[in-house]
Amino acid sequence: MNMFASRPADPPSAGSLHTESPAAGTRPGELGPVDIALAPELITIEAGVLEHLHAGLAQRASNEGILDVAYRIVDTPVGKLLLACTERGLVRVAYEREGLDSVLNTLAERLSPRILEAPARLGEAARQVEEYFSGRRRSFDLPVDLALSTGFRRTVQQHLSAIGFGQTESYAEVARAVGNPKAVRAVGTACATNPLPVVLPCHRVLRSDGSLGGYIGGLEAKTALLRLEAEAA
Amino acid sequence: MMDMKQPFEKLVELHGATVLRVCRAVVGPSDAEDVWQETFLAALRAYPGLPPDANTEAWLVTIAHRKSLDAVRSTGRRAVPVGEVPETPSPHGVPGSGDAGNGLWSRVAALPDKQRRVIAYRYLADLAFNDIAAIVGGTPAAARRAASDGIKSLRTRLTATELEGESA
Repeated sequence: MNMFASRPADPPSAGSLHTESPAAGTRPGELGPVDIALAPELITIEAGVLEHLHAGLAQRASNEGILDVAYRIVDTPVGKLLLACTERGLVRVAYEREGLDSVLNTLAERLSPRILEAPARLGEAARQVEEYFSGRRRSFDLPVDLALSTGFRRTVQQHLSAIGFGQTESYAEVARAVGNPKAVRAVGTACATNPLPVVLPCHRVLRSDGSLGGYIGGLEAKTALLRLEAEAA
Repeated sequence: MMDMKQPFEKLVELHGATVLRVCRAVVGPSDAEDVWQETFLAALRAYPGLPPDANTEAWLVTIAHRKSLDAVRSTGRRAVPVGEVPETPSPHGVPGSGDAGNGLWSRVAALPDKQRRVIAYRYLADLAFNDIAAIVGGTPAAARRAASDGIKSLRTRLTATELEGESA
C-alpha cells in the first residue's frame, strides 16, 4: 500500500468524518520546523521495531557474507562476556572490565569495521560457554580464529588448550613446553594478551610458587574459574 | 579514535532510528522497513571504503534516498500524487501514532515529493542544506526554499482543519 499515491492532497472527507468544530483549538501559523522535528506522529518508533529490523539486517548480512565480525554478549558467573567470531571461528572473548566498546573498536581496526551484534551466529559458542560455567563441559569444541595474535604469543596461546580442565602449569613450564625455557616473561605477556580467555585457558597458568600471577579478567575471575574447575574435576 | 572507523553496529545504534523516521516520511510506513534494511545492508557492504572522517548520518540518508527511489520505481508507483489519484484517502494512518489519516503525518505525506524529502532530511535527520542539496540535486538555496515552501503548505493545511480531537 502506498499512502502517498492514494491520498488526495487535501482530503475532502475530513470534515464529514469528524464533527468537531474546525475552528476550535487550531494552532494557525504556529507550525514550524521544531513542530516537525518533535511531532510524535513523525518521530515515534514503536517498541521492538528497531530490534526486529536489526535482527533482520544481521541475518541478511550474514547470509550474503558481508558480516565480517559477529558478536554476542553472554552473562556468566564472572560477569558479562563478549564473544566475537569471524567466518573462520571464534576470534575474541572479552571481559566487561576490558571495556566492550574499546574491544569492539579494536576489532574494527584490526579485523574489519563490518561488525554487528548477531547472537544467532554465536549460538554454539554461547551454549558451550554456558555449559562450561555450569560444570558440564571440560573442553571447548569450537573453531578458533587466532587472527589477533602472531608469533611467539600465538604459539603460547595455541599451547594453552593442552593444559587440561582442573590442571595448572607455571609460566616456566609453559615456556619449556613451547621450546623456549628462558621466555618466562614473554609467556606472561602472551597470557595477558590472550584474545580468547576462558576458551583458551590462560587462567590455568600460575606462578612457579603457586600464586596467581595476572589475569585479563581480573584475579577474582581467575580464582573463580580455578575454583569452578577444582569443584567439577 | 583519530582516524579510526567505528564498528558498524555503532552506526546502526546511533542512526537506525533517524533513518527509519526518514524512510517512513519518504516512502510511507508500509515500505519503510524494507527500505531501511536495504539501506543498512548496502551501507554495510560499502562501509570499509567510506573515508573515516565522513559524515556517517548524511551518508546513510544518501543511501536511504537512493533506496527509496528504487522502491518507488520497482513497484511502478508514483510518489507525487497530484492530479491522478482516487478520491478516497487511504484508510491507513500510522500504527501507534493515533493518526487516523488526518493529522500532521498525512499532511506531510501529501506534500510534493521534493518538499517532503527536503523536510524529512532537514528536520527529521537534521542535515544541513548543503548535504541535502547534494542528495536531492539542485542548490542549497533551492533546498532551503523547498523546505520553507513545504512548511508553509503544511501550515496552511493544518489551519484549515482542527488538529486537537482528531487524533484522540
